[in-house]
Amino acid sequence: MSPEFVQLSLTPILIGIFAAIACALPGNFLILRRQALIGDAISHVVLPGIVVAFLVTGTVAAVPMLIGAAGAAVVAVILIEAIKRLGGIEPGAAMGVVFTSLFAGGVLLLEQSDTSSVHLDVEHALMGNLESLIWFGASGWESLFDPAALATLPPELPRIALVAMIVSALTWLFWRPLTISTFDEGFAQALGIRAASLGFGLVIVAAVAAVAAFDAVGSIIVIAMFICPPAAARLMTNRLGHQIGWSVVFAVISAVLGYVLAGYGPLWLGAQDSVSAAGMIAAVSGVILALTAGFGPCRARVGQGPVAG
Amino acid sequence: MSAFWQALTFQAGYNATLVTLGAVLLGFAAGAVGSFMVLRKRALVSDAMAHATLPGVGLAFILMVALGGEGRNLAGLLAGSAITAGLGLLCVDWITRHTRLAEDAAIGAVLSVFFGIGIVILTMIQTMDGGRQAGLEGFLLGSTAGMLYADALVIAGGGALAVLAVWLLRRPMTMVAFDAGFAQAMGINVRRIDLAMMGLVMGVTVIGLKIVGLILIVALLIIPAVTARFWTERSGAMLWIAGALGALAGYLGAVLSTIAPAMPTGPIIVLIAAGLFLFSLLFAPLRGVAAAVIRHQRFQARVHRRQGLLALARLEPIHDPLTLRTLRRAGLIRADGVATDAGRAEAARAARDERRWDMARFAHQDTALTGRYDGLTPIDAVFTRDQIAGFDRLIGPPQGVQS
Repeated sequence: MSPEFVQLSLTPILIGIFAAIACALPGNFLILRRQALIGDAISHVVLPGIVVAFLVTGTVAAVPMLIGAAGAAVVAVILIEAIKRLGGIEPGAAMGVVFTSLFAGGVLLLEQSDTSSVHLDVEHALMGNLESLIWFGASGWESLFDPAALATLPPELPRIALVAMIVSALTWLFWRPLTISTFDEGFAQALGIRAASLGFGLVIVAAVAAVAAFDAVGSIIVIAMFICPPAAARLMTNRLGHQIGWSVVFAVISAVLGYVLAGYGPLWLGAQDSVSAAGMIAAVSGVILALTAGFGPCRARVGQGPVAG
Repeated sequence: MSAFWQALTFQAGYNATLVTLGAVLLGFAAGAVGSFMVLRKRALVSDAMAHATLPGVGLAFILMVALGGEGRNLAGLLAGSAITAGLGLLCVDWITRHTRLAEDAAIGAVLSVFFGIGIVILTMIQTMDGGRQAGLEGFLLGSTAGMLYADALVIAGGGALAVLAVWLLRRPMTMVAFDAGFAQAMGINVRRIDLAMMGLVMGVTVIGLKIVGLILIVALLIIPAVTARFWTERSGAMLWIAGALGALAGYLGAVLSTIAPAMPTGPIIVLIAAGLFLFSLLFAPLRGVAAAVIRHQRFQARVHRRQGLLALARLEPIHDPLTLRTLRRAGLIRADGVATDAGRAEAARAARDERRWDMARFAHQDTALTGRYDGLTPIDAVFTRDQIAGFDRLIGPPQGVQS
């Protein structure tokens, strides 16, 4: 491994891994609760959230962005619930109404306001820019122990690492109530678990993970990592603990393999330039899901047995 | 303002007129097709399909350039996008039928993976041949700048075809949407109708790429249909209302975007549709929030009036402020809470009605009739005059309320 690898590729790969894990963990519960598309909705409304935060504060500092995006996610969830109840509209359609309208509002706000001085545009929001998060101060592996070089790490890395750790800690801390309320909400309530607020908390955690990941890698990876690794893991096992383990493994494989294929794949094929790492990570997670859907040991519904082919 | 007026009346130039007409037709087709999709509860499948168009657009561009053609040919790009959108639909279908994953997970997976592949292809195109990347990013959010006559023709023709197909298939699609089992029993191939419906959705998605863009086209399919649902209880009417609402949103959005050409068209159209939705949610006559609030208040007033009158008849004191207000406003009690003459008459009538109901529930055998007692319905709305006379014989003569 050359020093260049440390400088150019190590931090994007680490950021990709942390982002993938932070999204995949809540994704497991969202999938089991049939709320997978909440992840989709959240990653759309993150855009208006950060645009409003930018318009209010005038900077692209991390904390206001995080607050703005988490606030937008909360607003979206409340709006979806309100429209569902007030209008008697089915959940999917209510979700579609809310997240597209908010996203459209975000795009218009963004185009209206002067954001030329900062790096904030729709395409960046969608695709992220993983490749640009390089470690300028690094000169090789020894830089890992050099405080001066470590200080030049892209700030996204410690941020997403922290969020990934918080998400893991929360998953571990709330494991029992979360599991029970995911599988049997009535039983959870009978035990005195506040299932509704727990569900809301799950959505907030998902939003925070989405925002932190979004900052670094764009919304497309966020959706892919919310859904694909947990869905693939669901086809591998019947035990929730194992499912979470598999989903983390799949998320890490997607992040690493996707980045490597995007950065080096075209060079192996003789092309000059690399392709979008975010897109490739999503694509690799899709391939993993396709493989598990074809060969995963627990792919069939219970009672049907594995279908041949 | 004059520029706005010119655009409204199709006088803002050839190009603007083309865009406006295209947006109107697209909006109408999307509203009509979306109605069935929403009734079938598959609203978000269209989101997966819309995102799955991106790799098709990119691949079609690469293919057309490789064959030495013009990469920006709209018909070619749309054909490519239709192929991958169809592939995405089949993937969602396959995952939900052959694995244990629910439809929402399948939608999310297909959406993100196809979109990711599309972005990979877009970055390949960007490096392919310098300046010829052709603004394929315009397909993300819609861009009507530089729309050609041929493009408008493709959009108009596609929209008209979609509306025609909806018209032809409206009966089987309605049956499948409301009761798939019944439709099956009537000899309709549910799976094929579902595929046809999603095929129509795909068609609208594809022709909407240019104007609204693939991220927001799903809004044009869902929002007008959901909005129309507020105004009618009939699926046939819903179809046309949704179409009209979609056309209105497309029209106003396209007009606004001719004034502000830098704005992407898609978000404007979607926000107008969302505004129409919000208005309907609040003010629709039967299902709107305002109507529900008014209904609730009327019901509350009836209950309080009735209970207040019964209290007057029993000479009980009334403490509830809402009851007092209701009775006072109707002129049944004076400001000091004492019943007026009209109030005593009404109270006697209410008390007699209540006694008749008591007797009816005691004496009458048909529980379907006596079960309609809810403390509000007057007894002569349920029983015939002869039956009531029969109850009266058991009760005795009417009694007034003492003053």
